[in-house]
Amino acid sequence: MNFTAPDFLPAIGEMFTLGMICVVMLAYLFFDKQNRGITYFLTQITLLGAAVIAISLYGHPTEITFDGSFILDPESLLLKIFILLSSVFVLMYSRPYIRDNEIAHGEFYLLILFSALGMQVLVSAYSFLTLYLGLEVFSLPLYAMIALRHNRPVCQEAAMKYFIMGAIASGFLLYGMSLIYGACQSLNLQEIVSMMSLSVDSQPMMLTVGLVFIAAGALFKLGVAPFHMWVPDVYEGAPNAMTLFISTAPKLAGFALLLRLLVEAMPALFPQWQYLLIAVAVLSMAVGNIIAIAQDNIKRMLAYSSIANMGYMLLGLIAGTPRGYGSATFYIIAYVIMSLGAFGIITILSRKGFELEKINDFKGLNSRNPWLALMMLLIMFSMAGVPPSVGFFAKVGVLESLVRADIVWLPALALVFAIIGAYYYLRVVKVMYFDEPIEKTPVILESFDAQLAISINGLAVFFLGLFPTTMIELCQKAFLA
Amino acid sequence: MIIQKLVFYVFSALLIGSSTMVIVSRQSVRAAFFLIVAFCASAVLWMLLEAEFLALLLIFVYVGAVMTLFMFVVMMLNLDKEAVQEKFVRYLPFAVVVVALMVGVLVFAVKPGHLGDLSVAMKAHHAADYSNTKVLGMLLYTRYVYAFELAAVILLIAIVASIGLTHREKSNNKRQRVVAQLEANKADRLVVITDMGVNE
Repeated sequence: MNFTAPDFLPAIGEMFTLGMICVVMLAYLFFDKQNRGITYFLTQITLLGAAVIAISLYGHPTEITFDGSFILDPESLLLKIFILLSSVFVLMYSRPYIRDNEIAHGEFYLLILFSALGMQVLVSAYSFLTLYLGLEVFSLPLYAMIALRHNRPVCQEAAMKYFIMGAIASGFLLYGMSLIYGACQSLNLQEIVSMMSLSVDSQPMMLTVGLVFIAAGALFKLGVAPFHMWVPDVYEGAPNAMTLFISTAPKLAGFALLLRLLVEAMPALFPQWQYLLIAVAVLSMAVGNIIAIAQDNIKRMLAYSSIANMGYMLLGLIAGTPRGYGSATFYIIAYVIMSLGAFGIITILSRKGFELEKINDFKGLNSRNPWLALMMLLIMFSMAGVPPSVGFFAKVGVLESLVRADIVWLPALALVFAIIGAYYYLRVVKVMYFDEPIEKTPVILESFDAQLAISINGLAVFFLGLFPTTMIELCQKAFLA
Repeated sequence: MIIQKLVFYVFSALLIGSSTMVIVSRQSVRAAFFLIVAFCASAVLWMLLEAEFLALLLIFVYVGAVMTLFMFVVMMLNLDKEAVQEKFVRYLPFAVVVVALMVGVLVFAVKPGHLGDLSVAMKAHHAADYSNTKVLGMLLYTRYVYAFELAAVILLIAIVASIGLTHREKSNNKRQRVVAQLEANKADRLVVITDMGVNE
């Protein structure tokens, strides 16, 4: 058997992360008692180091290695950078929360690192096998993470729900993959594309059924409308720091999964999956925006908002053009930045023995801490799509790409739902600025990390809205190469 | 050839039958035993494909180790039979509809014609010195090395997660606090009361 060693350079980020995970694990075992901060700092160094590696690899020509199971392309690097940076922010926000609530901090940091590793693997996977393994590596730590807070039964319930739903989704995905494998006789995305273009006319039914199963599995992970039941329950039940993590980086990974499976592996089935995504997107926007109005729990409200936002993101994929894929990428990155800020504020406002959950807990935040209230205002305006904010340009991008693809009724419908959605975002702003506070004591953030993170995060929402060109171009370029 | 076919059909039927019994049997211990039968039957199917390493692995690892552990857990849990049965009946109509739909779609979609030429003959038999184990090992450590390492990472995650979930300090446990015990001295523990308040 002839064997040439694969080129390891493209996977250097993953290898660095895995190596550092072992270092962090040992450091937590032996040095954490003497020096409590060491696990946290090593974890941050790992994530930042991997992000620096991804940035320095940017511009590297597209390369496929490990016998076609790994791809290095601008799109995967872009998503990796944001996955790692958002994980860094998650850690900065949740450090005081983890300490106050006596959650096993070493395990929490390690599970986040494992999850970040899995997401990196997933975004550069180029065969069904590595896509599935990446998916499991990133979602297994999430299930365990939610259950880490063992003194609250509601967390156990959320973890169990998430685990079972995730297992069903993986089952769907694997079943679809097996059907496609049966038809194409390969797990490699490149070979699947060429096999499928040959066989799409002779066996369309089997491929379509495979596509439906695969799409169901991937959409389940993203949490869009007919597969959305778990999202509000898990968001509500999980401890705030874990909800923060679930609602950010995994969305980027789920997006990458959908992109690889539908856009890159099955362009031959575009008409079929376009119809499927149209139905899913319309349903998500409707369900998300309308049910969110009735929520008085802010975590549930933001969960429905995430369902609606994923629907908007799908619009970019429906357009079916490189421009559409680019704007969907920009949308998902913008959403992750906003969601990071919103759940970040929820996390840092929770104290020992107090989980911030109700919208009414935000009452009069302006008089208690004006800076935090301002940041929340920016994020809520951005989610509602008010002009000088990143959320506005994200929505404009996906709608414009649809119009250019000559689909006009869908953007019109999306706009109607966006207006409905503006109500519940603005309600949070109203509660913060115009209602009397229940508690009069000012909110003082003891943690410098969290203060820094929320300031950068809120201002990023604002400045990315003022100067969006660079980001949009980066996202567009990833698909034009 | 005819014997091979006979073996295939007998053990396939056994596999399907025992798998069905796993989900419908009333007692969980019995279900676990049927799962063992299912593993053994599928090991025979592997054997027919001349994949003797995988066949033996299925018996050694699953039947020998995993199922033994599983039996212990099942026996320790003492599951409530009635409750399980009740739910089974309650969800049965819904489940039947879903299964009928799925089977219908699959029969419609995956007709033999769609699977290409199904009557592919068995591949030529391997030579006597052909080692299935060696070939598998070569593939795992060359072509699939990346996926193989990832599978290892999943096991590591399982270890970290299960330790994180089970090894926890209880807040109300009655364990001795060694530090407090060593630091205790006579002055803290012993109070000498001179005036007993008892006068003659």
